Amino acid sequence: MLAIALKMLFRDRAKYAMLVCGLAFCSLLMCQQISVFCGIMMWTTSTVRNIGAPVWVVDAKVEQANEVIPMRQIEVERVRSVHGVAWAVPLYIGIEQARLNDGSFQNVQLTGLDTGTLTGRPMDMVAGRIEDLRLPNAVVVDQVAVEKFRRKGIAIKLGTTFEINDKEARVVGICHVARSFLGQPYIYTTFDRALEYAKPSRKQLSYVLAGPVPGVSNEELAARISKLPGLRAITKDNLFWTTIWWYIKNTGIPISFGTVVLLGIIVGIAIAGQTFYLFVHDNLRYLAALKAMGARMHTLAAMVLLQAFSVGFIGYGIGVGLASWFGNSVLAKEQPPFFMPWQVPAFVAIVLILICGFSALIGLIKVARLEPAVVFR
Amino acid sequence: MSNLAINVADVVKSFPSGDTRTFALKGATLNARFGELMMIVGPSGCGKTTLLSVICGTLQCEEGMLSIFDHDLRKMKDWEITKFRCVNVGFIFQQFNLIPTLTAVENASIPLILNGVPTNKAERRAGEVLAEVGLGDKLHSYPSQLSGGQLQRVAISRALVHEPRLIICDEPTASLDAAAGQKTLDLLKSSALQPDRCVIVVTHDNRIYHFADRIAEMEDGRVIGIYDDPKDYHHA
Repeated sequence: MLAIALKMLFRDRAKYAMLVCGLAFCSLLMCQQISVFCGIMMWTTSTVRNIGAPVWVVDAKVEQANEVIPMRQIEVERVRSVHGVAWAVPLYIGIEQARLNDGSFQNVQLTGLDTGTLTGRPMDMVAGRIEDLRLPNAVVVDQVAVEKFRRKGIAIKLGTTFEINDKEARVVGICHVARSFLGQPYIYTTFDRALEYAKPSRKQLSYVLAGPVPGVSNEELAARISKLPGLRAITKDNLFWTTIWWYIKNTGIPISFGTVVLLGIIVGIAIAGQTFYLFVHDNLRYLAALKAMGARMHTLAAMVLLQAFSVGFIGYGIGVGLASWFGNSVLAKEQPPFFMPWQVPAFVAIVLILICGFSALIGLIKVARLEPAVVFR
Repeated sequence: MSNLAINVADVVKSFPSGDTRTFALKGATLNARFGELMMIVGPSGCGKTTLLSVICGTLQCEEGMLSIFDHDLRKMKDWEITKFRCVNVGFIFQQFNLIPTLTAVENASIPLILNGVPTNKAERRAGEVLAEVGLGDKLHSYPSQLSGGQLQRVAISRALVHEPRLIICDEPTASLDAAAGQKTLDLLKSSALQPDRCVIVVTHDNRIYHFADRIAEMEDGRVIGIYDDPKDYHHA
């Protein structure tokens, strides 16, 4: 009888198409919006992911990775003095202004890496060598800088020069790194030169990056460093999630995306629920005939459930497929951000199961109340 | 095995109607034998269809005796009645009730599938039965592509395909013109009626009374007369 149920569904083309379209749209909307939300959240953690150090030491009042409260450079030595620290290096991060040859300005995220070790260096060099950062006035720019400068009519290549706070910067490399939340290009240089580029201030250390000796976990090291007065040490993973939760709690981003996702669910329930109800309602007389002919309730229930979950499965496949195609097509430009971890399609699948279950339940209630004798009326 | 296929005595059935109950059957008594086509006739609202529903187990009566093929339906559980119907009863409805999205052969195979026959075997057998009723060239036609008479022949095939012992027909000619109605009853009598089978037809189409072996006349929820010769009912 299950094959009969599928034939009844697939051959009622108008309702079948309506059901599949409704559920596909619902899946697409949820999957796409949640993936863009995840993409934005990933942008907020780009500094953490680009640098990649196991333990980050910040001022005790810092709440998330993009919030910089400058520290004294002596903090590097204090961190190095903690038992279990294998290494500790300074990191500078600040928003500076780059002036191009034509006089136009571009805000950039200046990242100053430890001069000796270049800890936190970009791993994906598109052109040039990261070691050349040690050359005079050397900087490495990311692909966003290349793109933004190109729009302003300047083709960035190795050897191109521009100014950061009136000091010359010469491009010795182009890298590919995760895009920053505000879309500013990453400009890498050494820590010492970054301080030269930056506007002078009493405290100029943004972060201390640290790593544990063998046998000490990142969490344990972070706990030990955090005992130092005025400092807070966070593991990379912890800082990643702390930053994401900070944006979820303190910005309107989740509400705006959540609203669209909720709309997707409502549209799904409205279209799928109503259409499936109509589908069952239109077939009620035939289901009653089947009941009269000896179909038992569990057989009819299996038929209705199979019909509901078949359209759900197909609609889900189309919706998630379209969302993936959308994501794939925008990933090259990284606009809008798109990140679809497995939890997103899993969540959408659960919501679709609930929508289909709800739709089937409405139909099943009608079928359960159906008197087979109605076929004689 | 007794020659009585159906033995119904003093059956009472009522339906709620506001604060009161409306009695559709008020002690109906009827029996039908194997190998006969019994017609139940009477004016609208006299309880014909209710009696038919009680006989085939789609409605449960409140009082009386109800024995179908020596099975007391009143002592059977719901699922047992459903299974009994699945195996022993073939239905022909006034509105045909053919599923519009299934072809003739798929519609006709449903009772066999409900009885656990694999789909391919069921459709092969349904095709044979459809060919026997003259629809061999319409096996893959949808109900919307068939005439009223052809639809009724598909319905008859569906009722016969699993070789039930009881065929229930509710106003089988109501949706047909006179010629198609006569052909349907011809077909029903020639292919459905067998020595080990009983056919019950509810109708008020007096043009087909002569096909009956016996006629039971109902009025106001009771069987008020049984005529061994249909002509007697005409003259009564």
